[in-house]
Amino acid sequence: MHSDDYLKDFCIENIMPKNNKVLIIACGALAREIISLIKLNNWQHISLTCLPANYHLYPEKITGAVEAAVLKYKSDYKSIFIAYADCGTGGLLESKCKELGVEMIKGPHCYSFFEGNDKFSNNSENEITAFYLTDFLVNQFEAFVWKPMGLDKHPELIEMYFGNYTKLIYQAQTNNSKLDKKAKEISNKMNLPLERRFTGYGDLEAALSIL
Amino acid sequence: MLDEQEIILADLSDEELTLQMHDDLYDGMKEEIAESVNILLNRGWMPYDVLTKALVEGMRIVGIDFRDGILFVPEVLLAANAMKGGMAILKPLLAETGAPRLGNMLIGTVKGDIHDIGKNLVTMMMEGAGFEVKDLGINNPVENYVQELEDGDYDILGMSALLTTTMPYMKVVIDTMIEKGMRDDYVVLVGGAPLNEEFGKAIGADAYCRDAAVAVETAKEFMARKHNQLST
Repeated sequence: MHSDDYLKDFCIENIMPKNNKVLIIACGALAREIISLIKLNNWQHISLTCLPANYHLYPEKITGAVEAAVLKYKSDYKSIFIAYADCGTGGLLESKCKELGVEMIKGPHCYSFFEGNDKFSNNSENEITAFYLTDFLVNQFEAFVWKPMGLDKHPELIEMYFGNYTKLIYQAQTNNSKLDKKAKEISNKMNLPLERRFTGYGDLEAALSIL
Repeated sequence: MLDEQEIILADLSDEELTLQMHDDLYDGMKEEIAESVNILLNRGWMPYDVLTKALVEGMRIVGIDFRDGILFVPEVLLAANAMKGGMAILKPLLAETGAPRLGNMLIGTVKGDIHDIGKNLVTMMMEGAGFEVKDLGINNPVENYVQELEDGDYDILGMSALLTTTMPYMKVVIDTMIEKGMRDDYVVLVGGAPLNEEFGKAIGADAYCRDAAVAVETAKEFMARKHNQLST
């Protein structure tokens, strides 16, 4: 298994045999979850390639990178599925997927589809002041949140970034005491009360199960 | 022993100090900026000149390097924080000395959204450029915008959203303004990370502004057009 640190910056390609029928092009932040689902369900017809997870920080790069990957792989597979939600692309990814004739995960972002898009949408008005973390983000908090925001060097910016938040919701995809402990440390660091919410894989599993 | 690199701000000429302030803004040095602002004021500079020649020009450089990918959000926030320190000194003086006003703006983050970093940057840069700005804060339903527009004397409405889920609410506000027959009375500018030019056009905004510097330039252009129309 590739480390989260590796997934942050690099693509993993064709970790399943290349002769499978469906290729998932995924955000690297979902790699562990998708690999777990493939193993759990013995989906031998699915292959996976990931784009760098740090596009999470630069959503403007996502649409172009997905398009390039689709064009690169489309002749090798029967179909391609995009394991991204809108992810801050402002509808551009959805339009591009339609143009390319590929399906993608429904929803605005992974916090929504992990929780279940309908449930997340219903709760959204009550939780607009919540900052969300997933297993990946708990594990990679320093690399994906703290350092890119400059908080390792300038903790005085905390109020500017998080001043309007009132709680931290850790959406746990797995039960892992190490991640729970780390989530608690993060909540102390951010000075926000922690709510742990087990989501499992939410709508991600349902979306992949019909491929 | 003094660090040989240490600069005594009060010993610098006006020109050197102004350039030093650009550097200090770039490096987010709030205390130094406040000190330099006071030095220039004590030398008899008009508050408006301190604002435009030292602070706004410094932030313009920051804005260019942000646009070009040389600076990132944390550095821009530190620079903004430093400028805020200078603005706190200048703001009351600007009002007293009758600094030129380019127009009035109402700004706020839309309903369901609590993100205000971009909005706060725009507010500060607009104020620096000579606009009077009323900030409605975060999570604003359409009623807040409409009520304030009706009560105040605004030229520009600015709306901000960081989330894909909240940005469509900007259209709710614009459609309500159309229903009330007030849409054409204002320039509507929109901004936020997931927005783009197409979205701005689709919802009926006058312009999408990629960042705070673009917002200022766009607002200035619209105000110039308005004045030209009035004078013909």
